[in-house]
Amino acid sequence: MDYLAEGFLKAIRLILSFDTELTKIILLSLKVSGLALGAATVLGLPVAAIMGLKRIPMKGVLVTVFNTFMGLPPVAVGLFVYLILSRRGPLGFMGLLYTPSAMVIAQTILAFPIVVSLCHAALVSVDPIIRQASRTLGATERQAAVAVIKEARYGIMSGVIAALGRVMAEVGAILIVGGNIAGYTRVMTTTIAMETDKGDFELALALGIILIGISLIINFALHLVQQKGARKFT
Amino acid sequence: MSLKLKVSNITKQYDGVPVLKGVSLSFEDSGIYVLMGDNGSGKSTLLRICALLEVPDNGSAVYETGGIPALPDIQLKRRITLVLPGVGVFNTSVLQNVLYGLNIRGMGRHEALNKAEAAIEYVGLVHKKDQNALTLSSGETRRLGLARALAIEPEILFLDEPAAFVDSKNREIIEEIILNVGKERHRTVIMTTHNRERAERLSERVFFLENGNLRPV
Repeated sequence: MDYLAEGFLKAIRLILSFDTELTKIILLSLKVSGLALGAATVLGLPVAAIMGLKRIPMKGVLVTVFNTFMGLPPVAVGLFVYLILSRRGPLGFMGLLYTPSAMVIAQTILAFPIVVSLCHAALVSVDPIIRQASRTLGATERQAAVAVIKEARYGIMSGVIAALGRVMAEVGAILIVGGNIAGYTRVMTTTIAMETDKGDFELALALGIILIGISLIINFALHLVQQKGARKFT
Repeated sequence: MSLKLKVSNITKQYDGVPVLKGVSLSFEDSGIYVLMGDNGSGKSTLLRICALLEVPDNGSAVYETGGIPALPDIQLKRRITLVLPGVGVFNTSVLQNVLYGLNIRGMGRHEALNKAEAAIEYVGLVHKKDQNALTLSSGETRRLGLARALAIEPEILFLDEPAAFVDSKNREIIEEIILNVGKERHRTVIMTTHNRERAERLSERVFFLENGNLRPV
């Protein structure tokens, strides 16, 4: 038990010392996940809006596909992106493998179906009367669609935050496509996996504590957003 | 009034069930018109067709724009409005709800605010201006629906069961607002109700719909 307590104390000391390596790893994690989330939102929200607000063929199939892809295994995504970006792959000429860009791509693929599915669910849960009321007040079809998106804002924010939680905690895909290169593609989750493998728990524990802290903040934000959105029903 | 509405031989059916069976009538002078009928008589459908929210299967609802050639659809729609029975308030403040119709018309901030505040005052909701609209009572929600519609100053105001399922105090306020809009503001109000007393109290021009047909009262 002593080594656990000792490791924990060392981890706290490391956090409080603002260790350069630790800070770099945290910042890269936030940068990769933040960019992936931004890309997934920019791409996913219009897809969700089209699915939720327009009459399109095969909508039911699309919804089922995106719902299924919400649970995509990260290692499978990692493998897929690896094959695409590897030298022999179709995008191998871009030289992106083992770079932070490859990690952003992998995480975007993981976050995209979550953003689409949860934002779509939020949009279709808006009472149809909102769209009708907008039209009776003189809104064009586009303005009425914007009114529906505004009504779904809390659900949309919940979807985006849930996707952030997923990518922040992900390890399989970025380990495969990033390669866990020190000072370049090493992020929190891959470092924890590697340091644990080495039996060096100090840095792993420090990062674990920070990761849990970030997860707590994300979930707290999610809770606040959901609570604010739910207020209309009380 | 500059906008006149002529409804000619309208038919409409849903899933093979006829709701309107050739209704014709016209609204040429300003004032209050009441479409009365029981549930399922087709009065709400007729109102939605008149408000250009739905298209009839046959027949037409044509607006005469006082000499101006045919207006683009959206410009015509912006001269009329319909307050739905459920209103459909947005999850934001009372003021923002009323500002919506003005903002989508690209009105300047100051002018829009003045008009919105005047409309809110007209329906007696000043004290709830900054409150979330979803926290209003049923009667207050109906009054907000009226404020939202009045702020955009429609030439024809359609009201679908504006005072149904509200308490007596709010019902009195709503009826007074409707009377004032029709008489003092010289606008055309076309409303539905299933309540004969209310219909007669508000207007002398009452049309009775029964099983999708118009019949004399």
